[in-house]
Amino acid sequence: MTFFTDDNLALAEEIIGRYPKPRSAMIPLLHLAQEQEGWVTDEAMTQIGELVGTTSAEVLGTCSFYEMFKRHPVGKYVINICTTMSCALMGAGELMEHAESRLGVRAGSTTSDGLFTLEGAECQAACTEAPCLQVNYRHQYRVTTDQFDELLDELASSDHAVPDHGVLSQIRQHIPKDRSVGAVPPEEVKAAPVWLSEDGDS
Amino acid sequence: MTEMTGTPIAHAPGFIANETPRIVSARFDYEDSHTLERYEATDGYHALKKALQQTPEEVHNEVRDATLLGRGGAGFPAGVKWGFCPPGVWPRYLVVNGDESEPGTYKDRLLMELDPHQLIEGCLIACYAVGLSQCFLYIRGEMAVAQERVAQALNDAYEAGYVGKNILGSEFSVDIVLHWGAGAYVVGEETALIESLEGNRGMPRLKPPYFPASIGLYGQPTIVNNVETLANLPWIIQHGAAAFTAIGTESSPGTRMVAVSGHVKRPGVYEIVNGTTTFRDLLYGNDMCGGIRDDNQLKAFVPGGGSAPWFTPDQLDLPFEASQVGPQGSMLGSGAIMVMDETTDIPAAALTLTKFYAHESCGKCVPCREGGTWLEQILRRVVTGRGTQRDLDLLIEVGETICPGDFPHAAVPSKGIEAVPFPYRMTTICFVGPSAFAPVHSALTLFREEFEAKVAGNEARTMIEVAVDV
Repeated sequence: MTFFTDDNLALAEEIIGRYPKPRSAMIPLLHLAQEQEGWVTDEAMTQIGELVGTTSAEVLGTCSFYEMFKRHPVGKYVINICTTMSCALMGAGELMEHAESRLGVRAGSTTSDGLFTLEGAECQAACTEAPCLQVNYRHQYRVTTDQFDELLDELASSDHAVPDHGVLSQIRQHIPKDRSVGAVPPEEVKAAPVWLSEDGDS
Repeated sequence: MTEMTGTPIAHAPGFIANETPRIVSARFDYEDSHTLERYEATDGYHALKKALQQTPEEVHNEVRDATLLGRGGAGFPAGVKWGFCPPGVWPRYLVVNGDESEPGTYKDRLLMELDPHQLIEGCLIACYAVGLSQCFLYIRGEMAVAQERVAQALNDAYEAGYVGKNILGSEFSVDIVLHWGAGAYVVGEETALIESLEGNRGMPRLKPPYFPASIGLYGQPTIVNNVETLANLPWIIQHGAAAFTAIGTESSPGTRMVAVSGHVKRPGVYEIVNGTTTFRDLLYGNDMCGGIRDDNQLKAFVPGGGSAPWFTPDQLDLPFEASQVGPQGSMLGSGAIMVMDETTDIPAAALTLTKFYAHESCGKCVPCREGGTWLEQILRRVVTGRGTQRDLDLLIEVGETICPGDFPHAAVPSKGIEAVPFPYRMTTICFVGPSAFAPVHSALTLFREEFEAKVAGNEARTMIEVAVDV
């Protein structure tokens, strides 16, 4: 099953190599699949299963547990409005009502032009800057209804800096070969690391 | 630096400086605080060099002597936790808990975005001291900017020889692997974090036997430390345990980062002196939050993240000292204070937390999966004016299936309520279940009249009427 592009396949193999057990790369590979396609397809899950040595059902089991993985197409921009306590105390409910009426969809739905998916989200770790929201997991702080409208206009005008849904960090970790210690399966490690004392304990 | 495309994305506002000595936020004033250049120019990686000249045991002892309490929520001393690894079992791993998602908590993201090298240096010190051969830095999935900052910092640190093989020419070698989550609050629980890191659904494991220090990642001894805990290590190694314990109190030394949100004049993240600073200093101090918004009266506050039972103005003079806050029926938790003024609709506020925990239940334990959902639905019925008197008792009954017996709560002498000390008794593996009940119990105990007002006059309904209306 081929889902990943050649570049992403090479990257996937590099990521798997960082872990003592390949299955640990499951979530990073699901992110990579979502970055490529905008959502996680069945084909992606099948190939991830092959890459990490498990079944596609196991991959689905993990994938379906996590909120961020979408198993159906979503908007180019996923807007998450925080609805937990700190934001709720500072007007998140009003912001959500405004967003629903402005976008013409209820939370959990995508606009008919495929541009925006609106979601009610849980605490986003920006509690002092309430109410907050995220566009593709990038924060906006102390958002008023007017600012929300401006934000939509900016996003729709396409010169905004937020990358499409699925792209998280735009900087990838790179471990240079000559600097890498390398991952070893735990069962192959028998002794204490060399920098510890002779008796093998700290 | 890798060029970023487009306009810069806003990152991490919220920190407000005060008179407190600054241990972990010292570089936050610099615009380039996240860069290697700035870090090296401000004593960066000096502690690592110093540590490498000592034995791992000496470094471990220094951290133990500092009584560095874990900053993730449980408040367990890091140096003691490190000592729980069984001797002679290899390899050992370090897992960094950067899955900050407790309601109200906002500090680890700041530390990752504004000073990632400090965290990396802390990881290296921990690995050196305890003999941890690989480090996994688990950042919450929804924090794209923190991921970028830490990725860049790691790339630069590898390049400069601080991370990887033969660090600074020594025998010490460790890889730090950046790993993102994908949206699940429960993964902040350390055993669930390990499950997630193994590629599984993030469901907590039963302790005992699955204490990570003995049976953790891949069944190996694993230290799981919070971001802020690790960020303290460079300072402790550089200045010594004695300098650290000179700040704060003997049982709660150093500083800690707290986020104050809700109805205060200056909500923000503050670094405060541990052990001596009181909630009153924090909420009313002129160099801190400056009082309640519009000079309103304080009604209640959550002292330590959404899971913590609530406090009222009666507890304002308590210091940030676990041994004093616990017997008063709550906890300091993750340093998140959510403030409600007199205008707050208390049942509605409690609902915003209970629905959080109901939503975030992983489904492993029945009392949490079912009980949390029922708590939310019954409470929503009350808040929207469709509840009855019976619902108020039902809330407590459902809660008692998750937390049997007297639930911890803050004392309110004026109401004749005695404190029941924290923590919970619980029928679940982890704290998510009891956390769904905490806000309901606090709100209902402290402000029952507001609930009574919402159900006043509503007739009891048949089960079928209720079922179709929930």
